[in-house]
Amino acid sequence: MEHGKYRFIVGFLIVPLTIYTVFVIWPFVQSIYYSFTDWTGLSPDFEMVGFDNYIKLFSDDVFWKSLQHSLLFLLLLPLVTISLALFFAFMINVGGRRRKNSAVSGVRGSSFYKIVYFFPQVLSIAIVALLFRFAYNPRSGSLNAALDAVGLSALKTAWLGNPETALWAVMAVMVWCTVGFFVVLFSAAMTSIPRDYYEAALLDGADRITTFFRITLPLLWDTVQSGWIYMGILALGAEAFAVVQIMTTGPGGPAYATTVLPLYVYLKAFRDGQAAYATTIGVALLVVTLAFAAVVLKLGRRERLEY
Amino acid sequence: MGSNHVNRRDLIKQAAAAGLIAVPAMGALTSCASGSGEDNKVDKGKKTKDNPLGVNKSAPLEVYIFDGGFGTKYAKDAQAVYEKNFPKAKTKLKSTQKIQSVLQPRFNGGTPPDLIDNSGAEQMDMGVLVGKKQLTDLTELLDAPSIDDPNKKVRDTLRPGVVEMGQFDGKPVWILYYAYTVYGVWYSQKALDKLDVEYPENWDDMLSVCAKAKKKGMAGWTYAGKFPYYLPFSLYPFMAKIGGPEVLNKIDNLEPDAWKQPAVKAALEAYYELYKKGYVLDGTPGLDHIESQTAWNEGKALFIPNGSWVENEAKKTTPKDFEMRVAAPSGLDSGDKLPFGTLWASGGEPFIVPAKAKNPTGGMEQLRIMLGEASSKNFTKQVSSLTSFNGGTEGLSLPPGLKSAVDALEKAGKNIVNPRIQDWYVALQKEKIGVACLGEMMAGRMTPAEAMKKAQKFTDEAREDDSITHYKH
Repeated sequence: MEHGKYRFIVGFLIVPLTIYTVFVIWPFVQSIYYSFTDWTGLSPDFEMVGFDNYIKLFSDDVFWKSLQHSLLFLLLLPLVTISLALFFAFMINVGGRRRKNSAVSGVRGSSFYKIVYFFPQVLSIAIVALLFRFAYNPRSGSLNAALDAVGLSALKTAWLGNPETALWAVMAVMVWCTVGFFVVLFSAAMTSIPRDYYEAALLDGADRITTFFRITLPLLWDTVQSGWIYMGILALGAEAFAVVQIMTTGPGGPAYATTVLPLYVYLKAFRDGQAAYATTIGVALLVVTLAFAAVVLKLGRRERLEY
Repeated sequence: MGSNHVNRRDLIKQAAAAGLIAVPAMGALTSCASGSGEDNKVDKGKKTKDNPLGVNKSAPLEVYIFDGGFGTKYAKDAQAVYEKNFPKAKTKLKSTQKIQSVLQPRFNGGTPPDLIDNSGAEQMDMGVLVGKKQLTDLTELLDAPSIDDPNKKVRDTLRPGVVEMGQFDGKPVWILYYAYTVYGVWYSQKALDKLDVEYPENWDDMLSVCAKAKKKGMAGWTYAGKFPYYLPFSLYPFMAKIGGPEVLNKIDNLEPDAWKQPAVKAALEAYYELYKKGYVLDGTPGLDHIESQTAWNEGKALFIPNGSWVENEAKKTTPKDFEMRVAAPSGLDSGDKLPFGTLWASGGEPFIVPAKAKNPTGGMEQLRIMLGEASSKNFTKQVSSLTSFNGGTEGLSLPPGLKSAVDALEKAGKNIVNPRIQDWYVALQKEKIGVACLGEMMAGRMTPAEAMKKAQKFTDEAREDDSITHYKH
């Protein structure tokens, strides 16, 4: 049985695997091939140039800066988003105490919060980015106006025009628009945790923090891990690109303060006519993403409870 | 869970992770993979007096227009003329804002349209197109008789500098710029009148005008802070005025001391003083071009560096009595090499005929029609911008900004500069020098000395990078 197992699986998966190969693996191979050429993207002729693009990559300051920002996104965004989402989901589902005759329930108005949190998810990322661009506007934006109103005028700045704040401003928008999704995801996972666990913990006199760390989080671990990967891919890919491209046109913010890898790929391929070099950056992005997924899957591996 | 078991969840998870990563990163790039282009041009027609280029009268024509600030109506009107002249020809006019996304695959596949307005944020890189021999030489068109006067060649009807702009190292002419843009310092005559000042011709006057404005709670300058590459529109001609046109040529030629020239230093220090003295509108570094133009229209700032498209672009927010004007940049002092009036003016809306176009002669003929007086006037009337056709404004009632642009051109006479760094080295000009040096300096985060050093470093890098095609004056 051990022996024919893979063949058995492949037999079932032959059609999806073919589609996967043609539409996923093949473009990969092609891109890696193009990264060894001088293809401009504007003409069908190109030549092989060996490792030239990779050598160039190593001495390209903007690439390193983009990589640094992408890694920062990758580390911070999932951490902040998932922590916030876990906190909100916990408060909505378990955080309240002894109401409606049930031992475990959410805080007052939790079903309303759940909907409100999900709102941003309904908007397209382009709209969200545009909205925040207006909010961050240094002269007429609501953020500076709000700071004025509460007497914190000293904190006013050109949020997206200042290299010290631009990247954080962009990250905050990504957190804002993805946290709701995870609240819903974690809420769903939390409702599947048997109530008896919580009741037992309550009888033992556990407080909210203990309940969270001893019961909720361990039982939610799988979901958190998937969420972590999903968020990491958002941080490395399309969403980060969209937000940076729309909000900090310039391109890549003041003094490259917000440039990220996918944006750099786009600029090289579609502005500078260096499609081959863009695929090289794409390969670097691929390596980073794979490494990230591998690390999360390895680190996150632990015993699973069945309930 | 033993590690040598194939766990269903793990298998799916790993596949999903790999798949999710692959698609966004690479899919976009390879979707425009290369194809082979076969030569399948239409036969040429007979050259006659009415048809000097020898257009095949029944061959179809396909034109692609950038649908930006100028819209597409002017091109449709010119298309109608082509159809009238060649009733058997089927013409197609398409338009898009995403020139590169739409046309890149067609260049790769060897089936580009016959005439393209390669403009907008997604402009295809001209240096690459020329370097890869993707364009048709337009010399034949320039030597053909103009549509209005059979005794005059098309090249003799164009504004100064337009033909040169279409050349990259040597004789062939690859690009024909259809619009003609006047860059400079834009202001409201009404605002100056209110302050009871004249447009300042030297820097001392500029500073005193700004000081006067500041007392009234008005900033002297604003600019597109998120796109600081608007600053050169007035800064570069300012440098040329101080030190002569060679100053800009050195920058264009990427010379090792280009950014160390005294004229460059003087110009940057003068602009930095605007920041230092608080004459730049608060928050400007966070504004984009539209936002800064609006603030300027609202009277929050006196001056803005811009191009002559601004009148059309800012139409909605411009007050009726604004009296928009453009002037040549103020000089430094009486030691300047060039007189007041030195101005940056050059072609805009680059039209190209692809080398692999099926009907390149038709594409050129369409351009010949557009460069005639009737089509040119039509364009100016519709979008209040000049064309490269020299003249054609007689009898038109021009809007105030465009009128002042025509006056400024007249005043400049021969003293028109045309820095080529903008079309030769897009990334260097916009992102490196524009955003990372000038933008940082004007936001007060870099001194002029640091900005010069950094700009020189970027220039040196561009010179030594063989993946960039280099050009010289």
